[in-house]
Amino acid sequence: MGWLSEALGSSIGKKFVMGFTGIGLILFLIFHLVGNFTLYGGPEAFNGYVHTLDIVKPIIRVIEVGLGLVFIFHIYNGIKLWWENKKARPNDYKISAKSKNTTFFSRTMIQTGSIVFIFLVLHLATFWWLFNFSGEPHEKGDAYYAIVVEWFQIPWYAIFYVIAVILLGFHLNHGFQSAFQTFGWNHKKYFPFIQKLGTVYAVIMALGFASFPIYFLFFYGGN
Amino acid sequence: MSGKHLNLKLKIWRQSGPQTAGSFVDYQIEVSPDDSFLEMLDELNNKLESEGKEPIAFESDCREGICGTCGLVINGQPHGPIPKIATCQLHMRNFNNGDTIWIEPFRAKAFPVLKDLIVDRSGFDAIMNAGGFISVNTGGVPDANEILIPKEIASASMDAAACIGCGACVAACKNASAMLFVSAKVSQFALLPQGKPERFRRVEKMVKVMDDLGFGSCTNTYACEAECPKGISVTNIARMNREYFLAKVKSKELEV
Amino acid sequence: MVKLDSKIPEGHISEKWTNHKFNMKLINPANKRKYDVIVVGTGLAGASAAASLAELGYNVKAFTFHDSARRAHSISAQGGINAAKNYQNDGDSVYRLFFDTVKGGDFRAREANVYRLAEVSNNIIDQCVAQGVPFAREYGGLLDNRSFGGAQVSRTFYARGQTGQQLLLGAYSALSRQVGLGKVKMYSRREMLELVVVDGIARGIVCRNLVNGEIEKYSAHAVIVATGGYSNVFFLSTNAMNCNTTAIWRAHKKGALFANPCFTQIHPTCLPVHGEGQSKLTLMSESLRNDGRIWVSKKKGDMREPNDIPEEERDYYLERKYPSFGNLSPRDISSRSAKEVVDEGRGAKGQEAVYLDFEDAIKRLGRKAIEEKYGNLFEIYETITGENPYAVPMKIYPAPHYTMGGLWVDYNLMSNIPGLFVLGEANFSDHGANRLGASALMQGLADGYFVIPYTIGNYLAADKPEKLSVDHAEFENVKKQTEDLTKKFLSINGKQTVDDIHKRLGRIMWNKVGMGRNENGLKEAVNEIRELREEFWKDVKVPGNDKDINQTLERVGRLADYFELGELMAVDALNRNESCGGHFREEYQTEEGEALRNDEEYTYVAAWEMEELGKWKLHKEDLQFEYVKLSTRSYK
Repeated sequence: MGWLSEALGSSIGKKFVMGFTGIGLILFLIFHLVGNFTLYGGPEAFNGYVHTLDIVKPIIRVIEVGLGLVFIFHIYNGIKLWWENKKARPNDYKISAKSKNTTFFSRTMIQTGSIVFIFLVLHLATFWWLFNFSGEPHEKGDAYYAIVVEWFQIPWYAIFYVIAVILLGFHLNHGFQSAFQTFGWNHKKYFPFIQKLGTVYAVIMALGFASFPIYFLFFYGGN
Repeated sequence: MSGKHLNLKLKIWRQSGPQTAGSFVDYQIEVSPDDSFLEMLDELNNKLESEGKEPIAFESDCREGICGTCGLVINGQPHGPIPKIATCQLHMRNFNNGDTIWIEPFRAKAFPVLKDLIVDRSGFDAIMNAGGFISVNTGGVPDANEILIPKEIASASMDAAACIGCGACVAACKNASAMLFVSAKVSQFALLPQGKPERFRRVEKMVKVMDDLGFGSCTNTYACEAECPKGISVTNIARMNREYFLAKVKSKELEV
Repeated sequence: MVKLDSKIPEGHISEKWTNHKFNMKLINPANKRKYDVIVVGTGLAGASAAASLAELGYNVKAFTFHDSARRAHSISAQGGINAAKNYQNDGDSVYRLFFDTVKGGDFRAREANVYRLAEVSNNIIDQCVAQGVPFAREYGGLLDNRSFGGAQVSRTFYARGQTGQQLLLGAYSALSRQVGLGKVKMYSRREMLELVVVDGIARGIVCRNLVNGEIEKYSAHAVIVATGGYSNVFFLSTNAMNCNTTAIWRAHKKGALFANPCFTQIHPTCLPVHGEGQSKLTLMSESLRNDGRIWVSKKKGDMREPNDIPEEERDYYLERKYPSFGNLSPRDISSRSAKEVVDEGRGAKGQEAVYLDFEDAIKRLGRKAIEEKYGNLFEIYETITGENPYAVPMKIYPAPHYTMGGLWVDYNLMSNIPGLFVLGEANFSDHGANRLGASALMQGLADGYFVIPYTIGNYLAADKPEKLSVDHAEFENVKKQTEDLTKKFLSINGKQTVDDIHKRLGRIMWNKVGMGRNENGLKEAVNEIRELREEFWKDVKVPGNDKDINQTLERVGRLADYFELGELMAVDALNRNESCGGHFREEYQTEEGEALRNDEEYTYVAAWEMEELGKWKLHKEDLQFEYVKLSTRSYK
């Protein structure tokens, strides 16, 4: 399989890994967001949703491992690419004209990605960890919902969450169409549509995820 | 034609050799707006020479935007502020009296500076030597009209073939990636029936050498397309990616 | 003692090349790799020759002063390449292309060479298509053609307005393949400064490594020089900045004859000079003349804007003088006519320029059609001049473009120095006194792909494949000579820059050895060139040293050669007491102002041997016209 590692290790291969894992994450985010919308249905709806997932826990665990690998590959490869690309261009120009020939979104992938990564760690440490490993959540019927409400009502956490998902939107806005380009699916007839679709997707994700902390911080009357 | 003369301040990168450190040097010059950018440098050099000073080393040849020899980074943009032209086609009427202009060489690890504004782009030749051709010997080829090529395919191939190999794509890319250059050649041949027999071998070999030479990866910022004097499209990069995946999966050669 | 033998094969013209190919000696395939061949220049002729010879098995060393072989000036050719395919069913044939080329060259080319050129023209198109050159196509998938440069048939193949680029990149890709295979060793950023002749045979070259300044020696069993033309003797020309005569001139000084140096082509559709700072002239494709109408005001010194000059006060002088060819008259005629009206004081707004007007074409075909055909060229025009050619007529003026003259070669493309072959624009052979449009690309590739691979074998077969070395005393002598010259340039330390002196030389050449020439002017030119040359050797200033990149040093050597060549051009023009093609002697014209040939006395190739600087010996190669009968060109 030397050919495969050589292929994936090439400049194009590394991009392929980025795009492939990126598309995986893009799909995951859709499910995640749809699931999260049960939060607006109140404690019962949300807790019910989490319980449903609990029933198929073994499958979820497998998916989680897969998802974890996808994340790791995406992040590891992203950092590797960034580092190698930096080496390919050791000196920058005195006058920057980047704003004239690139979009903000495309040239800040490493920055938006890094912040999203920090957010991810925090996110896992709070919700995911608490949901899975804090005591006996199964018996406390409304614990999941309560955990969410509790955290989202902490202002710094909510604000960071909102900033992070907006940056995630930036990241997705470029990443979405970029993956298509990397796979070679760039055709002048439909690529403009893909670019718009990517932007719509990114906006929905950013607004969708941002709506939860905003709702619980400002509009949730539960406390 | 000629309007008022322009007084300009130039900040030009001077570097005596590949191993030495360079720096910006200030020059003041008065030029006609009808002069081309390179003619302005000619005039400055003529003045320097007449003072017995070493002129600024920069490359140019055809001065019609087709040979790809010239290439300066002007205020941060390869080939300057006007889209779809080479440095030699840039005219001074696009600047204003009193402007300060920063002039730098192309910067990339794979394009080391030789002197002042001259860089070594021989990496492009090395990529071409690896596979930028159709393997036919002189003679013994079929009649030109025996190969039917749809007009639209010939035209798309020509779009890619218009690349002048100047290296502005590498210079513009924050990753110093050569993908636009390589993909233009890969596309030109991959599109044509004549190029199909060795399409896999070609793309694998060219990409391998490109990577070995230290060019960066593409992160789809499309700065290359924006700065390309011939407007070569990044759809060529998409096509090259496709060709590369296909080659890796389908080609029976285990080693490139 | 120099003897001219053109080695034209016996037989009917249509069989000469075929018979010759059969009669030539072959080299055993296993032996080819024992022969080294040097190819200087990587344009159409050089790159195609280097690639083809390497494919055959020879060891090729290719040299270019560019950073890459792909930069050669062939790349700038816009219009197209001729071939006698007759794909359009409009009556074209090898014979007709041959006929047109001989006639277009005003009967000063060798018939046998021209016939061979027409014969292999078809192979060139096949070869280029196989290489992946994306020629223009019809919807049905067949190749498209257009008529070009006044031809009555559509025989020109093209790739947008970038045919030269595509053909060169095709040859360059073939060359790259051989470099990759290790059959060609590529030496870029090397400028050939001397030919090394050992015992009367060309055995190698001496170059300057333009990066580190080293003077390097290279040996070979044969040397091919394909270094293009010398229009830059005029300072302002359509040639690229680095085009120069040094390789062929230094070979000339080593004994190679220089043929017809005064045959220079002035291209009619170039952008006019904008000012003192002008570095070169830009050619606008001749195809513009297919739809543009050329005119000037009927009044002298008319300073009105062109759009303010009413129709009846315009003089469409080409349509008036040459009703059947009109704006499509051959290059030499169009250029000279433009000069005439400007000399009368009727140039566009008093400048050295005439109008090329698309108003009628836009009215007739619509702006969209014009945009499709010429949009690219119009954009170039606007980029350079800042004027919109859809609204205001273009301004054009003739400029030195192509040099038909060059080193003398026989039918095998070998010069009078055994082992020295000369290809493409650098030789004199196929275009006579005037080159037709879309024929330069044809000749370069014909020489490289289809002639030299045969003829060099014939030459080498007689040479033993023994190992050569650069240790021979002659290599050392020549190297020393080159180093001394470099030192000399650096030590003059005068007051004038290379460009300033070159501009002055250019002015003498343009005014007196340019489009219109006469005895007095030419005599004055010789004296003025000599005086300026003396001044040059005393007063030129070359900063820097010879140990790294020194572009002034590169240019000063080229200028030194231009002085000598410029003088020879004037001498040749003075010798040729007739007008033909690109050479127009004002004393020799018809009552209507047309060129007047003197076939009785001048149906020969003037091949000059340098005896010492300023003293040349003329050798005449008589030209026979057995197939195309001598006649006056008429485009009326």
